[in-house]
Amino acid sequence: MNPLRERYGQEIDEILAKYPTDQKRSAVMPLLYVAQREHGYVTREHLGQIGELLSIAPTEVASIVGFYTLYHDTPGGKYRLQVCNDLPCALRGADQFLEGVCDHLGVKPGETTEDGVVTVEAVMCLAACDKAPMFQVQSRDGISYHENQTVQSTIDLVDGWRKEEAK
Amino acid sequence: MNEILLRHRDIKDIGQLAVYRQHEGFDAFKRAVTGMQPDEVTEMVKASGLRGRGGAGFSTGMKWSFIDKNAWPHYVVVNADESEPGTFKDREIMESNPFQFLEGVMLCAYAVGAHSAYIYLRGEFWELAAHLDARIAELEAEGLLGDGLFGSEYGLRIYTHLGAGAYICGEETALLESLEGKLGQPRLRPPFPPSFGLYGKPTIVNNVETLANVPLIVQKGVDWFRGFGTEKSPGTKVFSLSGNVVKPGNYELPLGTTFRELIYTHGGGITDGRKIKAIMPAGASSSLIVADDKALDTPMDYESVPSVGAMLGSASIIVVDESVSMDWLINKTMHFFQHESCGKCTPCREGTYWMRHLTERIHHNQATWDDVILLQDVASNVKGKCLCALGDFSTEAVISSITRFRGDFEAKVGMPLSAPADAELKEVSN
Repeated sequence: MNPLRERYGQEIDEILAKYPTDQKRSAVMPLLYVAQREHGYVTREHLGQIGELLSIAPTEVASIVGFYTLYHDTPGGKYRLQVCNDLPCALRGADQFLEGVCDHLGVKPGETTEDGVVTVEAVMCLAACDKAPMFQVQSRDGISYHENQTVQSTIDLVDGWRKEEAK
Repeated sequence: MNEILLRHRDIKDIGQLAVYRQHEGFDAFKRAVTGMQPDEVTEMVKASGLRGRGGAGFSTGMKWSFIDKNAWPHYVVVNADESEPGTFKDREIMESNPFQFLEGVMLCAYAVGAHSAYIYLRGEFWELAAHLDARIAELEAEGLLGDGLFGSEYGLRIYTHLGAGAYICGEETALLESLEGKLGQPRLRPPFPPSFGLYGKPTIVNNVETLANVPLIVQKGVDWFRGFGTEKSPGTKVFSLSGNVVKPGNYELPLGTTFRELIYTHGGGITDGRKIKAIMPAGASSSLIVADDKALDTPMDYESVPSVGAMLGSASIIVVDESVSMDWLINKTMHFFQHESCGKCTPCREGTYWMRHLTERIHHNQATWDDVILLQDVASNVKGKCLCALGDFSTEAVISSITRFRGDFEAKVGMPLSAPADAELKEVSN
């Protein structure tokens, strides 16, 4: 039996029920989110499993992973701290904010801290331009927004995660 | 004044179903389903003059009337992909006034004979999708969504669908491709979605804010709605104000309000008392307007903004002050557009790459005036040559900043050795 179906059968059925029965392919994006929850990224095995559920080739599933930025095909930190530094946020100091956070964590944008807890990324507009500096946190639990941030408030958040991990 | 869209700021807890219903919520939908022909709803929206709030400003009722009645089923797809840098209005509407938005979706679906509606949200709106799912479940429990509504034969289901981080999916045909489980790349048009949309079936794609207007149009009438705004741009608009202003945020104002009123009266003026330099009225896709008195006194509506050399678009007003140099600004916008180009059309895929690198070079003091000319040349070879508007959008800030803020570039790369012919610096037009 398909391992994803075995583990998330009911959830997968609910997802498939959203789309016409002859248009199962529409479920590829929600199913990728289900798969990504397992390890924080999509594995090669997942590609085949999702392809099997939707009757499409694993390479077609892989093309979706490659096209959309919220899917990852390599492991990252447990938390992906994604800072918007597009124009409106940058006009409110997002570049300096990102630099401050990176300096403090000892990473460059795109890198993961040595303890594997945080990956810092610079991302495109997140529709919160009036509350910059801001970032979103992508983890296995989903995505949450953190607005009107300072370097200190961000470091405090990261310290909280680290304590959680150390338990 | 939050008369239509941001009513949650005046009516506490309108985000709760009981409170929304106390304020005539779903009366319009019930009246439509039990007492109006679908075409009557469309005619009402057409007569209201409501124009699409996603950016194009096309007549909403007109779009609905284009739905192909010879092919079935029909679909309604809501564009909640809100990804334009500078735009953050749909998020507030869906978060805080969700039932009015959902009632708009329902009225649209009834008007065009759709029994399924999909709300396509950008993937980052993960929490918002869960919030809407919960509101939809409440409506199903109350008998406001589902089969045989109000004893009629009409039934409707609404589903949310999360994208996964791709600006291009705000383009309606790319959004449909994405919803079908494919790469979000635009389709050749025509055919347009009202005849060939989701799964090849007739589909109406509307923006969140557009649909949030509909319940009050049906409830309070066309004349009431036309009491706001201008003759050609009736109604109010949520202006997302960002950049170098004291009080950034969403402001619901009648269309036709001036830039000056938005930026100085509501937005509190420019940060740290600096002077305003430029305005981008349609987010990062916008031309840069020189913020002189004429521009500041221009009404923000679909017909007036072009007179100062830009479009109103989604009305995401990015304010730029005198401390900002345009070489930095277009490097930012090009970074965005290169990242977001979907790669389907060669001029956009390659052009955004080269423009990004040229702006990088100019910004980092590695360029000569020839690079500025080359940048304009690349932009002119992208504009008007792609399937969708993303390619065009990427050139707007580049071309307008070089022609309207030429001094910034001269200061950055040094004056050209010989005076450039005016023709070289003429605005590229199609």
